[in-house]
Amino acid sequence: MEIVSDQQRKKIHPHKFTLWVAIGSIIMMFAGLTSAFIVKSNQVNWTPVAMPKVFWLSTAAILFSSLTLQMALRSFKQREMGTYRLLIGLTMILSLVFLALQWAGFRDLWDQGVRLKGAGAGQFLYVIFGLHALHVIGGIIALVVMFVKAFTGRIKIYSSVPVEVMATYWHFVDLLWVYLLVFFIIIGR
Amino acid sequence: MSEAMHTTSAVSAAHGEHHDEHHGHHKETFITKYIFSQDHKTIAKQFLITGIVWAFIGGLFSVLFRLQLGYPDTKFPILETLFGHWAAGGQITPEFYYALVTMHGTVLVFFVLTAGLSGTFANLLIPLQIGARDMASPFLNMLSYWFFFGASIVMLSSLFIQTGPAAGGWTIYPPLSALGEASIGSKAGMDMWLIGMALFIVSSLLGGLNYISTILNMRTKGMSMTRLPLPIWAMFFTAVLGVLSFPVLLSGAILLLFDRNLGTSFFLSDIVVNGQVLPNEGGSAILFQHLFWFLGHPEVYIILLPAMGMVSEILSVNSRKPIFGYMAMLGSMFAICILAFLVWAHHMFVTGLNPFLGSVFVLLTLLIAVPSAIKVFNWLTTLWRGNIRFTPAALFSIGFVSLFISGGLTGIFLGNSTIDIHLHDTMFVVAHFHIVMGVASFFGMFAGVYHWYPKMFGRYLNNTLGYIHFWVTMIGAYLIFWPMHYEGLAGMPRRYLDKRGWVSFSQFGDLDKMITVVTVIVFAVQLLFIFNFFYSIFKGRKVTTQNPWGANTLEWTTPIRPGHGNWAGEIPEVHRWPYDYAKDGRDFIPQTEPVGANESAH
Ligand code: HEM
Ligand SMILES: [Cu+2]
Repeated sequence: MEIVSDQQRKKIHPHKFTLWVAIGSIIMMFAGLTSAFIVKSNQVNWTPVAMPKVFWLSTAAILFSSLTLQMALRSFKQREMGTYRLLIGLTMILSLVFLALQWAGFRDLWDQGVRLKGAGAGQFLYVIFGLHALHVIGGIIALVVMFVKAFTGRIKIYSSVPVEVMATYWHFVDLLWVYLLVFFIIIGR
Repeated sequence: MSEAMHTTSAVSAAHGEHHDEHHGHHKETFITKYIFSQDHKTIAKQFLITGIVWAFIGGLFSVLFRLQLGYPDTKFPILETLFGHWAAGGQITPEFYYALVTMHGTVLVFFVLTAGLSGTFANLLIPLQIGARDMASPFLNMLSYWFFFGASIVMLSSLFIQTGPAAGGWTIYPPLSALGEASIGSKAGMDMWLIGMALFIVSSLLGGLNYISTILNMRTKGMSMTRLPLPIWAMFFTAVLGVLSFPVLLSGAILLLFDRNLGTSFFLSDIVVNGQVLPNEGGSAILFQHLFWFLGHPEVYIILLPAMGMVSEILSVNSRKPIFGYMAMLGSMFAICILAFLVWAHHMFVTGLNPFLGSVFVLLTLLIAVPSAIKVFNWLTTLWRGNIRFTPAALFSIGFVSLFISGGLTGIFLGNSTIDIHLHDTMFVVAHFHIVMGVASFFGMFAGVYHWYPKMFGRYLNNTLGYIHFWVTMIGAYLIFWPMHYEGLAGMPRRYLDKRGWVSFSQFGDLDKMITVVTVIVFAVQLLFIFNFFYSIFKGRKVTTQNPWGANTLEWTTPIRPGHGNWAGEIPEVHRWPYDYAKDGRDFIPQTEPVGANESAH
C-alpha cells in the first residue's frame, strides 16, 4: 500500500472508493429493473404474486450475517484472529443459508404455478431476485477466499482494507435485499 | 478479488519506492509486457489498436451498404464472390443490408467510439496528466481490456454464423429483436449481440470505476481538481455517465434475453408473425425503448465528451493561448452530464408519448444547447487571435468544432417534438448524429492520436499524410452527410434498402451516387491513416525532445519513452494550472514550475 499512502492525501482508500462507485453502478441496474416493474405494474394484464413466507427467514439470515461480518471486522482490527476466523466462518454459513432459503422461496413460487411465461410480478421477481442472488454469490466467493486466507495466510501487514471492502459490499447486498423485499411487498400486489 | 488487490498493490508499491531492485517488473516476459500488461500505457495501445481493427470493419460495412444505396441497379459480381448468398447476383440482399447497418452502428458506437476512444485516452492520459504511476487498480484495468477483447470475439464471431449477425438497427428494438421467427437477424446473432454487449458493459464499468477512483485519489502533490487539464475532467464526466447508465442497458439486455430464450413477455404483447398469433401477452415494447435510451442518450455524450476534452487541450496548446473560460468549460460539462440523464425521451416523441410529457422533454432537450454553445464560444475565443500552429492535431480539432456546430444546430430542429414528427426516422436524423457524434468524435480521436502519438510510440506520424488525411476527411464528411439533410427533409426514411418505389425520391438518385463515391474515397484515406499509424510505429521520425509541442502538462515531463511507473525519479509536484501560455512574456510555463514572486496569478 506504500504508493497509495504516499500519493494520496485523502482519507478514503482507492479500493474502498472504487467499491462505492461500483455500488452506485449496481444500484442503477436495480433502479432500472424496479422502475421497469413500476411502469409495467400500471398496465393491463398485470398479474400479482403472493410473496412466499420463507423470504422473511432469508431476510433474517442475511441481516444476521451482516452483523457477524461487522463483528468479524472489529475483531480483525483488534488482532483477535481466533474470533475473526470464527465469525468469518459463521458469516459464510449464514450466507449459504440465505441462498438456500432463496432457492426455497423460488420453489414455493414455482409450486404456486408462477412460471416464466407471462409478464407479471412473478417473472420480474425471478429476474430481479435472481440477479440479486448472483451478487450474493459473488460476495460468497470473496468470503470463501477470505476464510481460506484467514487460516492459511501468513498475515504480515495487518491491513484491514480488504475486510472493510468485503464488509461494505456485504452490507450493501443486504440492504439491497431489504429494499427489494419491501418494494415487492408494497408495489407487488 | 482481494487476492488480486494484493498483487496489484505489491506492484504499485514497487514503483512507489523508486524501483526496488528485488521486485518483479525487470524480469518482465513478452506476455506480461505486451499481452497481459498492467501498464496503463500498454493497455491504452491495446484499446487503440483493437479500436482501429474495429473501425476498419465497421467502416467497410458502410462502404458495402452505400454501394447498394448509390447504385441499386448495378451488379457487383465481386460481392457475390466474397459474401455468397448474402449478395446473390452481385447485389446486397435485404437481410444482409439490415445486418450491415446494424453492425456498422453497433461497432462504431460501442467498440470504436466508446471503447476505442475512452479506453485509449483515459488510460493513456489519466495517470500521465495527473501525475500517477498507474491506475488505482492496474489489475482491474487489465481485466477491462480483456473483457472488451472477449466482447469483441463474441461480436466478431456472430458475423460468421450461418444466420448472420444481429439485424434490426443498433437500437435492437423488440418485438423484432425478441422473435427469432420474425427475422433471421433475430436468431442466434441477436443472442450473441446481447452477450457481447453484456461483456462490453462489464468492460466499460471496470474501466470507468478505475478512471473515477484514479482521478479522485491518485493526483500528485499540488494537483488540485481545478488544476486538472480538461481532458481529465472530460474523462471523469464520461466515466460517471458510463457507470450510471450502462447498468440500465444491461438490465434491458437481460430482460430481452429472457424474452428471447425463456418465454417471458416483458416486451411482448399481441403479436402476429406470419399469420401465427403468438401467446405472449402483457408486455410493453416501449418499456425497452425507455431502458435503451436511458443509456442511449448519455452514451452519445460518453462518445463526445472525451473528444471535447482533448480538443480543448490541443487547441490551447496549438494556439499558444490559455484555454478561454476554464471554469465555464467545467460548468458546461457538468450541466451536459446532468441534462444527459433527463432527455432520453426525445428519441421517443413518436411512440405515443404523452404530449405534455413530450413538451417537458423538449424543454430539457433544448436546454442542452446552452452549455453546448458555451463550449463552442470558448473554443472559438481560444483560437481568436491565437498564434496558431496548424499541426494535423490542431486541424482535426478545428474540424471538430466546425462539425459540432453544424450537427448541434440540426439537433435543435429535432429537439422540437412537432418538427420531429416529420423528421423522425428519416435521413435527417442520420445526418444529424453522424455529423455531431460520429464524425466529430472521430475528429477528436484523430486529433488525440496525432497529438499524443509521440508520447505513445516515441515517434511522429508523417505530417504530409496527416494533412491529406485531414482535408479529404473534412471535405468528404460534409459532402457525405450534408446532402442527407435534404433527403430527410423530403421524407426519405432511414434504414431502407431500396427507395426506387417512390417517384418523389428519384430526384435524389444522382445525389446518392455522389455520396457513395465520396464514401469510397474517404474510406480509402482512412486506410492511408492506418498505414501511417503502423508504419510510423517502426519507421516514423524519432522524437528527440521531451516536450515536442511546448506543452505545460505533466506527460511531457516523463522520459521520451517512459517505462512502467512513468517517471524515473520522484513524481513532479504541480504548482499552477495547465494553461499558462503566452503569459508574462513567456511562450509557456509548465505546471511543474513554481509561481514566481512577482508573477500575476491567472
Ligand atoms: C443541441 C443539441 C442536441 C439536440 C437538441 C439533439 C436532439 C436530438 C433528437 C431530438 C434526436 C431524435 C431524433 C429522432 O430520432 O427523431 C436526436 C438523435 C440523435 N442524436 Fe442528437 N441532439 C443534440 C446533440 C447531439 C449530440 C451532441 C450528439 C452526440 C454526441 C447527438 C447524437 C444523437 C444520436 C446518435 C441520435 C440518433 C440515434 C438513433 O436514432 O439512432 N445529438 N438528437
Ligand atoms: Cu439523445
